[in-house]
Amino acid sequence: MTATVPPKAPTFLGLPTAPRGVGHLRGDQSFPDAARGALRDGQLRANLGHATSTIRGKRARVVAEVPDWEQLRAAGKALKAATMARLDEHLEELERQVTARGGVVHWARDANEANEIVTRLVLATGAPEVVKVKSMATQEIGLNEALEAAGLDVFETDLAELIVQLGEDQPSHILVPAIHKNRAEIREIFARTIPGVDPGLTDDPRRLAMAARQHLRERFLRARVAVSGANFAVAETGTLTVVESEGNGRMCLTLPETLITVMGIEKVVPTWRDLEVFLQLLPRSSTGERMNPYTSTWAGVTPGDGPQEFHLVLLDNGRTAVLADEVGREALHCIRCSACLNVCPVYERTGGHSYGSVYPGPIGAILSPQLTGVEDNASLPYASSLCGACFEVCPVAIDIPSILVHLRAEHVEAQEKPTAEGLAFTALARAMSNPRLWHLAQRAAGLGRLLSRGRPTLPNALPPPVSGWTRSRDLPTPPARTFVQQWTEEHGR
Amino acid sequence: MSAREDVLGRIRQALGETRAAVPEVVRDYRQEHPTTGPELLDLVVDRVEDYRATVLRCAPADVAATVRAALDQALGAGWAAGDVVVAPGLPQEWRPEGCDVDDDRPAVQLADRAASVTAVAVAIAETGTLVLDGSPACGRRALSLLPDCLVCVVTADQVVGGVPEGLARLDPLRPLTMVSGPSATSDIELERVEGVHGPRTLVVVLVQPPRVGG
Ligand code: SF4
Repeated sequence: MTATVPPKAPTFLGLPTAPRGVGHLRGDQSFPDAARGALRDGQLRANLGHATSTIRGKRARVVAEVPDWEQLRAAGKALKAATMARLDEHLEELERQVTARGGVVHWARDANEANEIVTRLVLATGAPEVVKVKSMATQEIGLNEALEAAGLDVFETDLAELIVQLGEDQPSHILVPAIHKNRAEIREIFARTIPGVDPGLTDDPRRLAMAARQHLRERFLRARVAVSGANFAVAETGTLTVVESEGNGRMCLTLPETLITVMGIEKVVPTWRDLEVFLQLLPRSSTGERMNPYTSTWAGVTPGDGPQEFHLVLLDNGRTAVLADEVGREALHCIRCSACLNVCPVYERTGGHSYGSVYPGPIGAILSPQLTGVEDNASLPYASSLCGACFEVCPVAIDIPSILVHLRAEHVEAQEKPTAEGLAFTALARAMSNPRLWHLAQRAAGLGRLLSRGRPTLPNALPPPVSGWTRSRDLPTPPARTFVQQWTEEHGR
Repeated sequence: MSAREDVLGRIRQALGETRAAVPEVVRDYRQEHPTTGPELLDLVVDRVEDYRATVLRCAPADVAATVRAALDQALGAGWAAGDVVVAPGLPQEWRPEGCDVDDDRPAVQLADRAASVTAVAVAIAETGTLVLDGSPACGRRALSLLPDCLVCVVTADQVVGGVPEGLARLDPLRPLTMVSGPSATSDIELERVEGVHGPRTLVVVLVQPPRVGG
């Protein structure tokens, strides 16, 4: 966070956003500043390009074989909208059902409160450590830092999360958090950080995965407390769902005595039957598989099978503020498949870290600024060329481009009186929401790049209406070809 | 005010006093997979094998022999019966002779066993998914997780076409595990590696009814 954060503007109904100073929703730098570094990192771009194009291909193949994909997508969208329309009722029902089956439900207004609850629950067990299964919500609230501050050891168990944790790095993708690391870099991290690792460890992915298996096995077997997220929670039955691949989730959900699940309030679905839609949409969109290797569901506590103590923490942390915005609310429909990241030309070139939040890519560009209040992530709604690829792949048909434009307008309105910057943003947003104007502006920016002769930033080099903005702010040097041009060349027929 | 009241209050405020009608959910997607009969079994075999799992088909009378063959294949001939642990409700006639039967020992002790054998509750053909429901025949969740090889016996009547049909047959109050192929990761350069924490080997024994009319 910079020292010059502007005073926080109230959200439109005055509902509190995610608090500052905790968690990972805000970057240290604005998107253009952070992206500038990433754009210069050739290795990062190569890793990302390879990874995203591979998943894109897999996804396209398995989606194409589903004859009713569009109907499923429409149902997914409608189900989410219907859930949000009565979110309070579904959460109350979920609470009743989980409680009736032996679970304990906790409510957390924000990150600080959720961290306090989880820390208190873990400390009460007397266990010195927790195993964790990958969860966006716990990354969002900075739970690991809170647990560590309380003297607890935290073990991430998802292979990619482990790579990130051992490398003292930040995740850069929702599904493949270590997407920015290649095998040689991962081998180096393991060789340096895993105690007793085979000195002859090679960079063969199989050998690396087996090293992780060995490293974590013993921790799973001795673990007394696990912390998880949830992909879905069924209100009518109190059934929680975790979708995963490696089996580390199953280890965490099955072996410890105590399970603590942290879940954003938007993850509730009304009925068991609704999963027939989401369990078709999610794996195909996410890993490009017909079904992911493991999906676990549980309702409360089952005698003789799995944890005998179950806690569910329901997290707000700015979600109700998002819900209050009738346009922006759709961002809460996200099922975190990450398909929009993999098709985004901006993400592919800048990587996840530039977004400064655990939610990168197109979904991050609409979700993070709403969770924090748009002032705290003011540059993110501009981190897009509005090409629309994200909307097309989104399994629940979130209209990301329209929300981006909406947030741009909101950011401008939040300024007390129209500033030069504000007016320029409005004009820019208008240009960006009109393909023809946008192409013109981008081409003009390309011209500006020549004029800047390779200097990293580009003040005063853009034509009106954008020049009003660049007078007070630096723009990153635009690439020689626009994203749209590159995208069309690389992905067009 | 409690956090609960606060969060619920915020939601009510966000949704406004006069709430919009709940949007209609149209379920015009496929409720039933069109494939039936022997083709349905072919489909489930094809999809399970696509995850690099092994499928062995057999007649109802040959389950035990086929389970043994599955274990031969996975563990190598000469495995000890005591290394294999089966679900307590697995039909007697399916069990390898002398095998260990799961009981209420601490779950982590199952990690010492080389293989486990269980039944399933449902198999979904289109996605190649086996669902275990924690019933005595499927065993508790740790049983199908800790041993490095999992053998699942599926009977033909348990095979359904698609996800909607599969979920409709399941009890959401039971602890369910949906298994689609062996444990896998693609976290390193998107290269698929089978077997990280769950079983590295998955063998499915598919029990088929004798074909009517030859
Ligand atoms: S916004 Fe849509 S495409 Fe992007 S992660 Fe969420 S569900 Fe997937």
